[in-house]
Amino acid sequence: MSLMTVFVAVLAIGAVAFFLGRQRALAQDDGGIKPHSRAHYHGWWAFLLATMPALLLLVVWGVGSNVYLESHVRSQLPQQSAESALANPALAASLTKSLANGLRRLDAQTATNPPATFSELQPLLATRGVALAPDTQDYMIPVAVDANRTQDWLSVIGAVLILIVSAGGAVLGLSQIQVRARARNNVEKLMLWGLLAASTIAILTTIGIILSMLFQTIHFFESVSFTNFFFGTVWDPRFAAAGSDSSEGQFGLIPLLAGTLYIALVAMLVAVPIGLMSAVYMSEYASPKVRAVVKPALELLAGIPTIVYGIFALVALGPFLRDLSAALAGGTSFIQAQSVLTAGLVMGVMLIPVVSSLSDDIITAVPRAMRDGSLGLGATRSETIKRVILPAALPGIVGAILLTASRAIGETMIVVLAAGVAAKLTLNPFEAMTTITVKIVNQLTGDLEFNSPQTLVAFALGITLFALTLVMNIFALYIVRKYREQYE
Amino acid sequence: MNIMTETALESAVSDKMNGTPNETIKMRGQKVCVFYGEKQALFDVNLDVRENQVTALIGPSGCGKSTFLRCLNRMNDTIDAARVAGEITLDGEDIYDPRIDVVELRARVGMVFQKPNPFPKSIYENVAYGPRIHGLARNKPELDAIVESSLQRAGLFNEVKDRLHEPGTGLSGGQQQRLCIARAIAVSPEVILMDEPCSALDPIATARVEELIDELRQNYTIVIVTHSMQQAARVSQRTAMFHLGYLVEEGETDKMFTNPDDKRTQDYITGRFG
Repeated sequence: MSLMTVFVAVLAIGAVAFFLGRQRALAQDDGGIKPHSRAHYHGWWAFLLATMPALLLLVVWGVGSNVYLESHVRSQLPQQSAESALANPALAASLTKSLANGLRRLDAQTATNPPATFSELQPLLATRGVALAPDTQDYMIPVAVDANRTQDWLSVIGAVLILIVSAGGAVLGLSQIQVRARARNNVEKLMLWGLLAASTIAILTTIGIILSMLFQTIHFFESVSFTNFFFGTVWDPRFAAAGSDSSEGQFGLIPLLAGTLYIALVAMLVAVPIGLMSAVYMSEYASPKVRAVVKPALELLAGIPTIVYGIFALVALGPFLRDLSAALAGGTSFIQAQSVLTAGLVMGVMLIPVVSSLSDDIITAVPRAMRDGSLGLGATRSETIKRVILPAALPGIVGAILLTASRAIGETMIVVLAAGVAAKLTLNPFEAMTTITVKIVNQLTGDLEFNSPQTLVAFALGITLFALTLVMNIFALYIVRKYREQYE
Repeated sequence: MNIMTETALESAVSDKMNGTPNETIKMRGQKVCVFYGEKQALFDVNLDVRENQVTALIGPSGCGKSTFLRCLNRMNDTIDAARVAGEITLDGEDIYDPRIDVVELRARVGMVFQKPNPFPKSIYENVAYGPRIHGLARNKPELDAIVESSLQRAGLFNEVKDRLHEPGTGLSGGQQQRLCIARAIAVSPEVILMDEPCSALDPIATARVEELIDELRQNYTIVIVTHSMQQAARVSQRTAMFHLGYLVEEGETDKMFTNPDDKRTQDYITGRFG
């Protein structure tokens, strides 16, 4: 029985338990004692008892039987000499497993009694559309057959166990049904655990990502020194020739960091004033009608995929700025098509809605009493905004700006297309610079081995970027939280 | 307020029966109607506000007294759906005339709100706010003098003189409300509107603010909305009773509280409804 069938069967048992439970609870309610929980809660409790433990067992069994199978196969494979390509037991085991999977495509007769040699077997499997690595050895065939048999056994045992657990849960749930049984509270408690599990997944994934990046980064720093990476001013990783560890490169972070911060700065110079002013207009001046049109339109900007902004920068704005500068200078253009300015401008436009919608919320949160107080003293609207509302909202706005800045630093697609790839240290915004994100993309593009510093550097860059944005976000949240206490 | 006895009322009224009444009319409302969208909140209110007197507006919740108050310095303009009809004059000038600058009007007719609303700035900056935006002080010493005298008039100076540069939000509720009064005084208004200024304060702070209102009447014309009958009796010279958007009755406070013309006023001040 496949896992899917078992899964459906468990759900079916659960459904039966639900209906039986509900009926039983209804039948017990004779109008005497007031039932603690309504009938469908009893049904749900029976359903949950029937399905949850069984499904947990399903997952554990599925993982466990695979682990067992792997070690079972490995123990049966003969030891190989170190020179052999199959010296790695994991590789041999995986070849055997794909062979076993291939055998399952054949009819039952041939699958249990396949030809003894791989050269005979290969054409047979090829007719079924199964392509196998040429490294597959003859001695793997009986192991594969045995593996298939073991797997069948394991899944049958597992299915029986799971169904017993499921049925047992259903019986337990049904036997608990009494007029005063607290099914409602039990269901509530399980809901709590379910929600907790859901939020744990996000946290665990984050931790997983950080750990995997951290390990690769440690790996990277085995071949490149800390000072070379963090304080180096030259980025020249060279290309890694496959299999050779000798290729020397220079992995200076400084030019990338400078480019990242420079482009982010230009973007912020565009986004913050425009975003803030539009937020002020929207929250203080716009009539409800105007607001109903302008606010969604502005937020539409935030919905445009960043690659589209990148294309716009690459094909429209970049060439336009180049030609404009050529016209201004009379012949030679002083703005390159890919430049800090182009990338920064487009990124700035992308960030306008982020700044404006965050600040809009913050400005609107300033109590009306503040406005009334100022207007009641004979202040004009703009005086009120300048002297009362913006100062009151300032911590929140600073928080919003920091959140926006961390997005600017982490932005990838716009800079990949518009900023250029030259890792230069320059202060001229009309020249191309490159960013951390662009280099991560560059280093990971193409056919790669994940053991050379040329690719591993991407993880070091990634974790640096992560740390940078994390610190900014924490700082921003700290400021925003501090601000919130003001009116309590 | 319901347990207030007639005798308590009378003694409260007779307490402030001194001083000669000034009968100059500072503000006059004629046929004032206010609409919030479709809903009419005030119906043809005719009410005079006399100079250097305290006029109390009383009446049950939703009767339109705050709405009328907010018409007097055009704070209703800040509410999108509100519309005002009729005529309101300040020293004979129609304040809803298009030639009148609303910002200037609000400098002449200041306002203190129900809940103390100091700006999130220092005590000094709160008071200096109005003089700054209206350019009332030419230099720092002048500004300092305005701030000090305003705080003194609001009876707050001695309590805060050592911490003028600490945040105004750190004061107690009663102190905050007096700070808001000082802030309003600092722009030297002619009229001060108070919208239930003591409703968020404890009895001691309330007594302090009431004393202050009585002192302020020497220099300013005051209109106060209040839910407390005792307060109206204690601080006001004239009282206007509102009900369901209509002005029921208006007159001298002692007459209103001892011998009202209208049955509804009688019922309200003796606590039969409201």
